[in-house]
Amino acid sequence: MTDLWNISLIISRQKTARKRYFDTFQLEVNPDEYVLDAVERVWAFHDRGLAFRHACHHSTCGACAMLVNGVEKLTCITSIRSVTHNSGKLKIEPLRNFPVISDLVVDMSSFYTNLELARFTQVATLKDASLPYEKEQLDTTHERLVDCIECGMCVSACPAAHTSEKYHGPGVLAAYQHSYNQEKDQFLLEAVDCQDGVWRCHNAFECSSVCPSNVDPAWRIMNLRRIIIQTRLGRLFKK
Amino acid sequence: MPKKPHAIIIGAGFTGCALAHDLALRGFSVTVVERGEIASGTSGRTHGLLHSGGRYCVTDQEAAIECIDENIILRKIAKQCIEFNSGLFIALNDADLEYAPKFVEGAEACHIPLEKLTGKEALQLEPNINPGVILAFRVPDGSFDPLRLALAFAASAHKNGARFLTFHDVTGLFQDGKGVVAGVEVWDRASDKKISLQGDIVINATGAWAGQVAAMAKVEVPVVPTPGVMVAFDKRLTQHVINRLNEPGDGDILLPQRRMTVIGTTSFEVDNVDYIPVIEDQVREMLERATELVPPVRNTKMRGVYMSARPLIGTIVQGRSLSRTFKCYDHQINDGIDGLVTITGGKATTCRIMAEKTADLVCQKLGIQSECHTSEIVLTSYRNFYQS
Repeated sequence: MTDLWNISLIISRQKTARKRYFDTFQLEVNPDEYVLDAVERVWAFHDRGLAFRHACHHSTCGACAMLVNGVEKLTCITSIRSVTHNSGKLKIEPLRNFPVISDLVVDMSSFYTNLELARFTQVATLKDASLPYEKEQLDTTHERLVDCIECGMCVSACPAAHTSEKYHGPGVLAAYQHSYNQEKDQFLLEAVDCQDGVWRCHNAFECSSVCPSNVDPAWRIMNLRRIIIQTRLGRLFKK
Repeated sequence: MPKKPHAIIIGAGFTGCALAHDLALRGFSVTVVERGEIASGTSGRTHGLLHSGGRYCVTDQEAAIECIDENIILRKIAKQCIEFNSGLFIALNDADLEYAPKFVEGAEACHIPLEKLTGKEALQLEPNINPGVILAFRVPDGSFDPLRLALAFAASAHKNGARFLTFHDVTGLFQDGKGVVAGVEVWDRASDKKISLQGDIVINATGAWAGQVAAMAKVEVPVVPTPGVMVAFDKRLTQHVINRLNEPGDGDILLPQRRMTVIGTTSFEVDNVDYIPVIEDQVREMLERATELVPPVRNTKMRGVYMSARPLIGTIVQGRSLSRTFKCYDHQINDGIDGLVTITGGKATTCRIMAEKTADLVCQKLGIQSECHTSEIVLTSYRNFYQS
């Protein structure tokens, strides 16, 4: 049996039209449990008013993304041991760059609208679901759910996301790259070849560093830029 | 035009969302009240196996037939969030081989299509399974994304006018002078306000929590919350779902999902379903069982561990031997309380038919003639749930 830890969970609270504040809860936890388990414990045993999103508890749905001690984490697979120590603190906040609905719940509706416009589908062949620089999958008849779980962590971590409300953001640009890779439709390239598309990215690579699911949005944005430049050059030489 | 009947559904898991979709199509005004968000309870934490029915074709044929019928329908209407890579039932020893004829007979009785494979053929399809495989059967299993399946039903309901009040806890049911349930009292957690909602019918679709909600109207529902553990590994080791060719037991299903392999599950009973801690012994057991089916699991990093509480319909028998079928209770017949229906039991794979049967009962109770169309209509994109 693992020794239990005592930790302070400092949770951001915000109710409709009220000011944001922090609540602190002292918890005795198994450090091998996940941050989401600790948040759920607060709801189950301390404060039924706490609002947070969660569903699958094993990183397939993307609902439980939060800021943990200032860093984007998918809380269902982030062990408490990996982010604090015995008698340490865990500061839990909602994702950045999205409006807060309540406590830890943010409004991601415009993110989803843009993913829809990118014609991003959740199921693809094994080949299309993996990144081109990975070892080639031999069997292409099988399909799988793709890597992007639409958690929004890339948008939260992006230093450029706040510079324009219209910026597509890393997750959506990655979705365009994914769709273009499958469909080769020029419309998809034109949709991102603009100031608020691939050209607003500042190459910080924060999106790829926080992505819990191997999407590598930064690589995909760079890939889109390369394809766009190639297409433009191609047109130039045809004239 | 007469006023649309108003149905209040408590719970936005698979059943609540599928029911909202069904009733909205039948012309109801629908309000779903949910204390969390979509699929925050058992539904979200389900294994993610789209059953072919093979698991139950010997021990629980009613559930097996429901599974294969619904499997075929979900392939059509919820393609957006399902991996259709089929499943294998693999035999590793003499006991498994002895089970094989019963399995073939059961599958035939439940019209589950089977493809018989030799051990060698199975290994060619799935090189990572136990090389000691003697015999295998291929069945039409699949893997789904739990949240997105529930969301797809919710989005379709939303498109047809259903209203979802998430982060709203039901604090009570209110009854009129004759004891008829006439609505619910809810606490809106986002604004910290209490509100009352009136409805022509209230449907308790809270699964493992159905007993608690029914108790608000002082009626009993024999639901037994029966959790099991699931362990997700950090690599997709097979493309097919790998099942043990034997009676349903612990840790005998390995499910590929995205880049992961998820093994489940165990079965025990609890009283408090709001928080179920992970039991370490069960995790070790899962690792043992998973290694038996697919040996490379041993060298694969564990990614996540979680518990999920099935809502089994209670009788005198316990745990695994309880049927995996569902039950719809009209509390007028059982307890003399009108205006309240409870739907519980069942599985994710059968959520649409659970909703259909419940909606049939609701229509019958309210004297409405209306047919179910959910088996024909392709669900709208799950992302549309979040559009106003």
